[in-house]
Amino acid sequence: MTVLGLSDFSLVTCLGSGRANTMSALRGGRSGLLPCRFDTLPLAAYVGEVPGLDATQLTGEWAPFDCRNNRLAALALAQDEFLRTVAQARARYGAARIGVFLGTSTSGILQTETAYRHRDSSGALPPGFNYARTHNTYALGHFVRDYLRLSGPAFVVSTACAATSKVFVSAARMIEAGLCDAAIVGGADSLCATTLFGFHSLGVVAEGPCRPFDAARNGISIGEAAGFALLEKPGDQHGPDSVLLLGAGESSDAYHMSSPDPDGKGAARAMQLALQAAGLAPSEIDYINLHGTATLAGDASEDRAVSHLFGNKIPCSSTKGFTGHTLGASGIVAAIISALAIQGGFLPGSPHTNHVDPEFSSAYALRGRTARLQRVLSNAFGFGGVNCSLVLGRAA
Amino acid sequence: MTHLYIEGIGLRGLGLNGWAQSAPVLAGLADYAAAPVEVPLCPLLPANERRRAPKTVNLALAVAAEAFSASGRSPLTTPVVFSSSGGEGETIHGILSTLASPQRELSPTRFHNSVHNAAAGYWSIGTGATSASTSLCAYDDSFAAALIEAAAQVAANQPVAMIVYDVPYPAPLCLVRPIGAAFGMALVLSPQPSAASLARLDLTLRPGACAAPTAAPLTLDYLRQSTPAARSLPLLAALAANMASVVSLDYLTDMTLTLQITPRPAPGWQA
Repeated sequence: MTVLGLSDFSLVTCLGSGRANTMSALRGGRSGLLPCRFDTLPLAAYVGEVPGLDATQLTGEWAPFDCRNNRLAALALAQDEFLRTVAQARARYGAARIGVFLGTSTSGILQTETAYRHRDSSGALPPGFNYARTHNTYALGHFVRDYLRLSGPAFVVSTACAATSKVFVSAARMIEAGLCDAAIVGGADSLCATTLFGFHSLGVVAEGPCRPFDAARNGISIGEAAGFALLEKPGDQHGPDSVLLLGAGESSDAYHMSSPDPDGKGAARAMQLALQAAGLAPSEIDYINLHGTATLAGDASEDRAVSHLFGNKIPCSSTKGFTGHTLGASGIVAAIISALAIQGGFLPGSPHTNHVDPEFSSAYALRGRTARLQRVLSNAFGFGGVNCSLVLGRAA
Repeated sequence: MTHLYIEGIGLRGLGLNGWAQSAPVLAGLADYAAAPVEVPLCPLLPANERRRAPKTVNLALAVAAEAFSASGRSPLTTPVVFSSSGGEGETIHGILSTLASPQRELSPTRFHNSVHNAAAGYWSIGTGATSASTSLCAYDDSFAAALIEAAAQVAANQPVAMIVYDVPYPAPLCLVRPIGAAFGMALVLSPQPSAASLARLDLTLRPGACAAPTAAPLTLDYLRQSTPAARSLPLLAALAANMASVVSLDYLTDMTLTLQITPRPAPGWQA
């Protein structure tokens, strides 16, 4: 695979807005999970809620796009220098040569949940409800492409919890095929009743904060997040501290719609293909950012896959105890946390995880520590048995 | 500019039940007769999965199976690109109705069927395919988006199948998002010509709105105008006519995707 540079990236999770807040929480081992106060949901659960979204309306030209998911996207785009970096890329390549490949699982469906509660006596949705620009899966892509004043190829990938990893692969292929010169990747997923009650119906939502890889883990904590990265071919803009996309691997479980293959064969295959694309041996990976959502079956399957491929020497951890499982955004959250870990020389730990499942054999890192990380692998797996692994590395 | 070879076609739409039956209609050699979309329950799925699978899934799997069967290529090792202009309408309506009611307990099956990649998941389970799949949405331009993603995969020197489908939403969602009729199509595509190749396709993506998107044959153009997946009809008609031609597609209102079609017997089709 052609190596690409992450020229810039931006992130908002329950840990805070921007890179400094995220890094400070990771270093301090501070989880952002709190008891669920979202909406009026009578659920005993912890969530990773981004504060203040209710109060930050999109206005003017962007008012038709106003919904929680697009507000979250706008907040992430505004962090650090991301808008300026995109403007520079726009000047360098032209707006039509920058693609926008984003991921989400539920887009702005919260808007429709509210609209359904306000149907009139004929059953019609309230006037002013804008399906295309809020609920539709592409609404996020439409909003971000317009907001960044870009006019290159675009679509939204919606492969459940692997969506914002797979966009890296699509973008890399598009750039390689010459359909664009650079790409905005990433995406957003925001809290809504559909996923909170949906995962609850599957019996996989923990009452307390999620505890990935813990012997006493009992389910996920749902979070919300938006993150974006600018991908382009390596150039002068990438210094030695820059993070590169070295490889990616994709596979399907062919097992079950909502349960992982217990043997972790699909997950192992995605990781193996990512290593192969990067031309690396397993021993050349310094840290694995696991999908690790804290479900009984999911963590066991991933541990098996990681142990099979990497043995018990490569340190790994899931950062879902910090952010919650941000579903469709989990891929970009994992990728950006991995990039921050590489740049900051810090291997993140796993808040709320106290005793690693004794059945597991991977080298799970409970506490964060300083470490020089040259190359990191990050995992995202989703419903439908879709798996995607990315390998990121330091430029020099 | 990228190019690819079409090895197999699947099609289901109003009066278009299968490629073999539909090609003469699309080529203008047989009369079009509007008839309901026949979506066979997918034989790939075990009986219990088939029953639980929503209509979009059965439609997508039917056209995918038809295209693969025509191509002779194995689904086991061929990556797939699924694309739809929206979600699984009946399933999402069911979830939203439940969430608006006092008793907000969802069905777990309905929840996993609600994901945009449900069709890809069922396809992988049904065929046993462990290769990559992706599932896209670009609203009205979801067909063009799938074609671009598929072309980029073919450019990476691998065969790929693309499956594009839409099913109308139930009320009240259909009032804010009208979709003409159920429509599904699939293409199996490869980087090199083979015995199964029907035509060569050259794609060019240009900035600027499409001045004149190619229309579908007259009786079918209302489908193209009302159903995003049916924006594939001009390409399908060109393939059915088996003549060199050019099809222009509108993409995201400010780009144009041009498809140059060279049928198999034409000179230079392999070049």
